Amino acid sequence: MFRYRDLTIRQKQIVWAWIFLAVPVLFYTVIRFYPTGNAVLISFQDWNLLGSRTWTGLDNYVKLVNDPVFWKVFANTFLYLIIGTPVSLLISFVVAYHLDKLRFGHSFIRMLYFLPFMTSAVAMAWVWRWFYQGVPIGLFNNMLASVGIEQIAFLNSTTNALPAVLAPAVWAGLGFQIIIFMAGLRSIPQSYYEAARIDGVSWWTVLWEITLPLLRPTIVFIVVFSSIGFLRIFDHVFNMTTNNPGGPLNSTKPLVLMIYDTAFNSFDMGYAAAQTVVLFTILLIVSLIQLWLLRADR
Amino acid sequence: MRNKLKSFILAGAATAALLPGAASADVEIEYWQYFFDARVEAMEQLIASFEEENPDITVTMTHFPYADYRTKVAAAIPAGEGPDVVQLFYGWLNDYIEASLIQPLPTDAFDPAVIDAEFFPMVGAMKKDGQYYALPTAVRSLALFYNERILEDAGVEPPTTLEELVEVAKATTERDGAGNITQVGFTTGMTAQDHHWFREVLIRQFGGEPYLDDYRTVNYDTEAGRAALDYYTGLQSEHGVTVEGFMDEPQAAFRAGRAAMHIDGSFRVGSLADQRGLRWGVTELPAGPDGTQSNYSSYWVNAITTKAEGEKFDAAVKFMQFITSDDAMQLWLDVVGELPAKPSVGMTDENVNDEVFGPFIRGLEYAHTTTFANESSQRQVLVDMVSRINIGGQDAGESLSEAAAAEQAILDEYYAD
Amino acid sequence: MTATDIRPTTAATLDTKAPRKPRNMGQIIRWLLLFGGGILMVMPIAYMISTSLKWPWEVYNVNLIPEEPTLENYIYVLEDGRFYWWFVNSMIVATLTTISALFFDSLVGYTLCKFKFPGRTLVFIAILSTLMIPTEMLVIPWYLMSQSFGWLDTYWGIMFPGLMTAFGVFLMKQFFESVPDDFIEAARIDGLNEFQIWWSVAMPLVRPALAALAIFVFLGNWTAFLWPLIVTNSTDMYTLPVGLAGFGDEADVAWELIMTGAAISTIPTLVVFLIFQRFIIRGVVMAGLKG
Repeated sequence: MFRYRDLTIRQKQIVWAWIFLAVPVLFYTVIRFYPTGNAVLISFQDWNLLGSRTWTGLDNYVKLVNDPVFWKVFANTFLYLIIGTPVSLLISFVVAYHLDKLRFGHSFIRMLYFLPFMTSAVAMAWVWRWFYQGVPIGLFNNMLASVGIEQIAFLNSTTNALPAVLAPAVWAGLGFQIIIFMAGLRSIPQSYYEAARIDGVSWWTVLWEITLPLLRPTIVFIVVFSSIGFLRIFDHVFNMTTNNPGGPLNSTKPLVLMIYDTAFNSFDMGYAAAQTVVLFTILLIVSLIQLWLLRADR
Repeated sequence: MRNKLKSFILAGAATAALLPGAASADVEIEYWQYFFDARVEAMEQLIASFEEENPDITVTMTHFPYADYRTKVAAAIPAGEGPDVVQLFYGWLNDYIEASLIQPLPTDAFDPAVIDAEFFPMVGAMKKDGQYYALPTAVRSLALFYNERILEDAGVEPPTTLEELVEVAKATTERDGAGNITQVGFTTGMTAQDHHWFREVLIRQFGGEPYLDDYRTVNYDTEAGRAALDYYTGLQSEHGVTVEGFMDEPQAAFRAGRAAMHIDGSFRVGSLADQRGLRWGVTELPAGPDGTQSNYSSYWVNAITTKAEGEKFDAAVKFMQFITSDDAMQLWLDVVGELPAKPSVGMTDENVNDEVFGPFIRGLEYAHTTTFANESSQRQVLVDMVSRINIGGQDAGESLSEAAAAEQAILDEYYAD
Repeated sequence: MTATDIRPTTAATLDTKAPRKPRNMGQIIRWLLLFGGGILMVMPIAYMISTSLKWPWEVYNVNLIPEEPTLENYIYVLEDGRFYWWFVNSMIVATLTTISALFFDSLVGYTLCKFKFPGRTLVFIAILSTLMIPTEMLVIPWYLMSQSFGWLDTYWGIMFPGLMTAFGVFLMKQFFESVPDDFIEAARIDGLNEFQIWWSVAMPLVRPALAALAIFVFLGNWTAFLWPLIVTNSTDMYTLPVGLAGFGDEADVAWELIMTGAAISTIPTLVVFLIFQRFIIRGVVMAGLKG
């Protein structure tokens, strides 16, 4: 007969460990792993939610490759990444670098930069959408008009719309990156800088030879963190283009919006699942690159 | 239940009568519609009086934003959830029947012959194999809204033809020092009602026929289609009386008093009536170059879902009869501003000569109803067509051909099997 | 997100003052530029709040301070009633998810850190690997699951995907490393069972980490949009972001009302931040660098 008190300490630990882990293991299996497999499975099926599921092999993927909208969306998704990541990295580093050297009002100014991080993307998307309107209602264009400059079509343009949608996403993330950068800067031992000062090297050399190399782990973290964020952009696009989702002419449509549309407006579940598998693959590659970069540090 | 609880909290004891007593509520049926303030209010009134007449039946209403509505219905019913009586757009009927979401209305309560005789003829589209599947309470059509103050200030009268529309719009457009439009003479925006105006009105007025073969073949890549498109885009590019996306949405511009004229449906009347400080009028859609008048009409219908069985089915039938009665139609007109679905209720002298509803009701007589395969995709085609010209700089003829081909592809895919 | 090599002490050093330097022109210019940038950063928030206090006739003026401030918009929006429910829903969902995530994440983190048992590495790697799975991939299966179990349009439906987070497990595991094994041994000798040891001995020692995790989970759930948008049906079940998105569309773009709605959903987190500023920033650093 099984009696708890007859167990050795080690056996007791095993029992307790699995008692503690029982619910979480169930959770991760049912809510994370099963759906992942399920999504891959559905991507090989044709299913509109109402009728029956039929196996279609690679049809959904073939359809994807031949869908011009998908390639447009694919390009947009990377545009968000390629513009968003360097811009936010550069701004947040410059701000953090100088903020680090500031004593008076340091925490007040830090608060100003961090505040946007606490806002909700949906609320701010609507605020920025209003800023971008044309005369007579848009804030930006009203400012331009008041100094006699011709207005700019921010959202109603195939070239300006994507950066315009991206701007609030960059804006909201800056505070987080600045804080991380500052922590990274503070962790660099002062002795390095003192040695450099004694040697009398220029600030540029200090930045280039000491600060940036030692910030490498921080930079890798921020790059990966923000890259994944930009690749998954949705809230801003969805809310800033409700009249013509992802428009005009699909110029702002990211992959996640296409997935949402395909799944929950067209009910083409199989096709949408195939798109999610593509998104998964992209994010996996980005994560693996991160692991590889971090390993190189050791 | 929370719906009820909420109105109870908000409106206080006045709504207490709405709360179902556990003892009297024998059957509870669920009704779904999309969220539009006036529609919800009208339905609340109808449900209240229905429950008064039928104390043993409780009707719970749930509503969703328009954008999600179709999704939610399609997902819920197969799962055995959701409504017993559902509101749907007329264009979705075939989809709903095919997917077994709705069941035919029993012929003893809804005699097809009587419906044929009493309702506007377009409602006939709701009949399949001799049985009606759904019925509207109200129908809607388009008309031209105009801002009385702006027109008076400019000293012009509401237009009656497309040519006059341009002239009036020119007289009422205002610009600032930098040349930016601050008030449009006429609103445009394919994302709103303009795609209907383009399809069923403009193309016909320029001598075309937008579709052939019972709306299965696109027929606007023609001279008439091109003329209609040139007229439409010319309002912005040639005459400069409008800007696409002005103030984000056409109805917002009109509501804010920044647009002299605006084409919209009868359902807009309710929300405009509440707008403080806005004096507006309505007139019939302007006639074409040869005097042709046309209009687009559409309607929402109510149907009984396949989920309703037994006593719920009986209750649903009663409820359906109630909301398609003459009284319900008049109430819908008064509260929502949508036009009664029966000529006998709609075409009364009082309604036809009504300042506000008259133009819409008169428009019904020459209205066309598009049969959509997929309304939102077909709308997107026209949205993109105009975007390509306005912001992509594409040639109008090319864009028109591209749009016609894209819409035909949608129709072909839909009717393939 | 995997770790960097920075030790936890960096979190504390963040609050120490920068080394003293002679005040000079450069320092003043730097201050002015940073201050100006900071003001630009909060402008969108300032305009949102300012517009929510304006009458319709003033909305399109570019002045930041309303000429005639009014609470009319707030009264209008709150009288509508729906915002009230959305606020309550968001509060319920975010609070319950946070409690659940704190409980389970720290329990799992503790178990993986302090217990020796077969399968430990496997469980840890399995949980960590879920970080690589984007939620966007899971929403379709989750939706189908919710549909078959009748979870659509319920609080449970909104919450279930977020009840545990892999990030939290990792963070808590890192922090339990700093709890000395001697403490745990001593408690065992005192006759406490394993649950009691975790709850009353180990947990109080990692309070700062719990607080950091709480902030992240709460903020994440408060602002979550995609999944609540998909899983909720009725207007009454919406969370604030979903409600706001629909409201914006249906308000016929009456911007003063939209700004009011946006302010209602933003101000609570801003207030919390202003009160616990120092603490939250420390939490961000901890979570960011250790997580």
